[in-house]
Amino acid sequence: MTRIINGEIYDPQNGIYGEVRDIYMKDGAITAEDPGPGGQTIDAAGMVVMPGGVDMHCHIAGPKVNVARKMRPEDHRGNMLPRTPITRSGTGGSVPSTFATGYRYAVMGYTTAFDAAVPPLAARHAHEELNDTPMIDKGFFVLMGNNEFIMQRIAAGEKQQVRDFAAWLLQATKAYAIKLVNPGGVELWKFLGNAHSIDDEVTGFGVTPRQIIQSLADASLDLGLPHRVHIHCNNLGVAGNWETTLDTMKALEGRRGHLTHLQFHSYGGEPGGLFHSKTADLVEYVNSHPNLSVDVGQVMFGDTTSMTGDGPLGYLLHQVTGRKWVNVDVENEEGCGIVPIEYKDKSYVHTTQWAIGLEWFLMMQDPWRIALTTDHPNGASFMMYPRIIRLLMDREFRKEMMQKVNQKALAETALPDLDREYSLGEIAIITRAAPARLLGLDHKGHLGVGADADITIYDKDEDKEKMFSSPRYVIKGGEVLVEDGHIREEVFGRTFYVNPSYDPDIEAKIQEYFDKYYTVRFENYPVQLEHYLPRHEVVACSA
Amino acid sequence: MLYEHVVCAFCGCVCDDIDVTVEDGRITQAKNACVLGKAWFLDHGKPTDLPAVRIDGQAASLEEGIDAAASLLARSHYPIIYGLSSTSCEAQRQAVALAEVLGGCIDCCTSVCHGPSGMAVQGVGEPTCTLGEVKNRANLVIYWGSNPAESHPRHMTRYAVTSRGMFTPNGRKDRTVVLVDVRPSPSSRAADIQLTVRPGKDFELLWALRALVQGQKVEESSLADTGVTLEQLVDLAGRMKSCRFGVLFVGQGLTQSRGKHMNLTAAFLLVRDLNRTTKFALMPMRGHGNVTGVDNVLAWQTGYPFGVNFSRGCPRFNPGEFTMVDVLRRGEADAVLSVASDPVASLPNSARRRLADVPVVAIDTHDSETTRIARVVFMAATAGIGVEGTAYRMDNVPLHLSKVLPTPYPSDEEILSRLLARVKEMKP
Repeated sequence: MTRIINGEIYDPQNGIYGEVRDIYMKDGAITAEDPGPGGQTIDAAGMVVMPGGVDMHCHIAGPKVNVARKMRPEDHRGNMLPRTPITRSGTGGSVPSTFATGYRYAVMGYTTAFDAAVPPLAARHAHEELNDTPMIDKGFFVLMGNNEFIMQRIAAGEKQQVRDFAAWLLQATKAYAIKLVNPGGVELWKFLGNAHSIDDEVTGFGVTPRQIIQSLADASLDLGLPHRVHIHCNNLGVAGNWETTLDTMKALEGRRGHLTHLQFHSYGGEPGGLFHSKTADLVEYVNSHPNLSVDVGQVMFGDTTSMTGDGPLGYLLHQVTGRKWVNVDVENEEGCGIVPIEYKDKSYVHTTQWAIGLEWFLMMQDPWRIALTTDHPNGASFMMYPRIIRLLMDREFRKEMMQKVNQKALAETALPDLDREYSLGEIAIITRAAPARLLGLDHKGHLGVGADADITIYDKDEDKEKMFSSPRYVIKGGEVLVEDGHIREEVFGRTFYVNPSYDPDIEAKIQEYFDKYYTVRFENYPVQLEHYLPRHEVVACSA
Repeated sequence: MLYEHVVCAFCGCVCDDIDVTVEDGRITQAKNACVLGKAWFLDHGKPTDLPAVRIDGQAASLEEGIDAAASLLARSHYPIIYGLSSTSCEAQRQAVALAEVLGGCIDCCTSVCHGPSGMAVQGVGEPTCTLGEVKNRANLVIYWGSNPAESHPRHMTRYAVTSRGMFTPNGRKDRTVVLVDVRPSPSSRAADIQLTVRPGKDFELLWALRALVQGQKVEESSLADTGVTLEQLVDLAGRMKSCRFGVLFVGQGLTQSRGKHMNLTAAFLLVRDLNRTTKFALMPMRGHGNVTGVDNVLAWQTGYPFGVNFSRGCPRFNPGEFTMVDVLRRGEADAVLSVASDPVASLPNSARRRLADVPVVAIDTHDSETTRIARVVFMAATAGIGVEGTAYRMDNVPLHLSKVLPTPYPSDEEILSRLLARVKEMKP
């Protein structure tokens, strides 16, 4: 592919909203000039052209995703992808097989996705799956919020060692960012406890979630990570948790931080009781604090699978739903919980969750600090993104959907009063430009010179769900991968990781720790780069 | 030449602290390895003079072998690929791709060992953990239908019983060890308590235990056939409820005896109930070195952990329909590709008889009952000795296998990927 002509361009990063322009590309990147005669041309007259979609928070690779696949044969049956001369076969459902995951993202116009929660000990597994996930560029965030070595160093006041260890762990696992999941709470869950506020003490370690949040936010800042600390707050899903969420935001004290799937963290009420929306209060705080960014974790009605590094949350969902439950505690590091879940439109709770997600989208003033996610597959499959886009762009459709939900719950939210409709430009921001910028990926999410030639071309349609479900063309690295919903070529993208530097003296301390508490030797822990990341790219740190 | 902290891929423990000495092109020492690991390193580290390929018993070139095996498989209507538990994930990935192109079945040793555990997980879920959690926290360790002293000789020392950890600084002294089995075994010596259950009565015992844990009344008479007294069971239930962190390791004594997946369902439910009051985990004692890996590769590529069929172009799963023993026993398979396994020696008679009637292709690191009857035999490098790769420990922890010895043989991965390419040419 050499040029796309006559298209209506939406490239918010470069201030372009709907202008008709031509785009040129060479060697997989956008160029300023037409590379010269010849080459393939797409005439995109009457079509909308955007950068490829970027999913900054999903669960697509690694141990918990795979346990969910094994546990739910009923999720795959009736949702199968046959082999074609170009593509491998696979199974779909809420937790698709790796091949199906890559194909489905691409067919939807997404070209980059990050898995949001990989336990360090299983990093090799996540990379193996990412290598079998075609079409997209990818990477993962590595879990650190319950790491026992880190908690001990924080308790000892060894700030520098926390930073060095975090850098070592990012390098060892070839991860992209630091992720906290229910900081301290998952450690407590290992003896059946949990953290109920950011000032609860983590028994046996003498630290609090607040200290973990602040220490790792500092570490990510000191290391100059392209994506700062990514936080799943304490008390997910619990009535009254909005205060914990607000405390977490305040605890960052101006440090850069991304708070994820905030829909699940915006509940008023008393623990154990029914909850109501506290979106307005949290949005107000985020609006006035430019150091914060969020993604939504929109809930959509239907059957899906909840999978989380938040072990106690998994157990809570099992108790609530009575459905099958997987829990995996990972030595010295993390945990995990998996439960199938069906969100029902007649349910008071599920309607409240659905409405809170939409409130977040419609109340946030700055689209550059909010990303469209479903926390796939927790709130819904990523396959629901086109419908969410329609809900945001089409007020009448939203009203129609509102009639189908639990009216009592709906009336308690601000959703019926919100008239805002997203423009195509704003959709381009929350689905590509903003997530790429928040991830610190300079060459993604825009169509400026030097950017990756990842481009999605849509036929215009009044039905925005239809428009965003089936792009006319999907181009990645300058190659047409998808045309009219059909995959034309299978490619395997790159894996992004960071390489922050650290004081090598930390290694002796880590080794001593491994000898005592791990069942894997220190020497065998780091992921072998060439073997497990055959197509890789280091994203530079700014420190 | 000394290679330190090498990973042993023989059994599901996948110990990664073996110091391997190589002298004059053979492995002479495997320090830290158990008796099984030593034998594995030393036997596989011996030079052999077996030809890399045999067709109908005659030495042939690799090219000829690939041609013969590919045409045999491509011609068949319902081939099955089986085994894969003693090879790398890299080879397993190629095997799944080959099964897909052939439109046949692919099954691994899981279906004859812990397949019932996998089916129980699909029913009720699985509270589990990694082995380091056991080392650091467990103060009650139960082995049920398993004899680790012989099957996983370092399981108790390296991970579960005598090892010292964060909340178990005194190792063995900090733990109570219980063995439940149909007879005393060499593992009994390591146990504080042994319960001898009558063969085939595991389900009844687990269900009664579950009732006791829930605080329900159990009549002595209902235990009459189990071989265990109510007093013994009340004692065990009490220990399970009052421990700080308990773990139940389950072996094939539970998965392959009467009740099969129902036994495991009962065990998982028991452990799930225990989590209302204390932390408790269950872990299957996976046997072969990378049987856990093949479950994982199959799951991420197809959605299903074993017994997968591609006849309709997309993966389908049905234990009992697409599993090796059943496909053979019903006389359905018309070609078999055995990889890193010995089905002739290990499958029940009714299934192995069929192996004599259909063309078999075998890929293995050594001669076996299966290579003896196979039409085409490939000798392959051993993953973890002659070739690098990945293996998953019984707790799903992935480890990198290294190469410590040169080998005249190609890897399973290479043989399978060449077979795949050739079959694709014949059957696009």
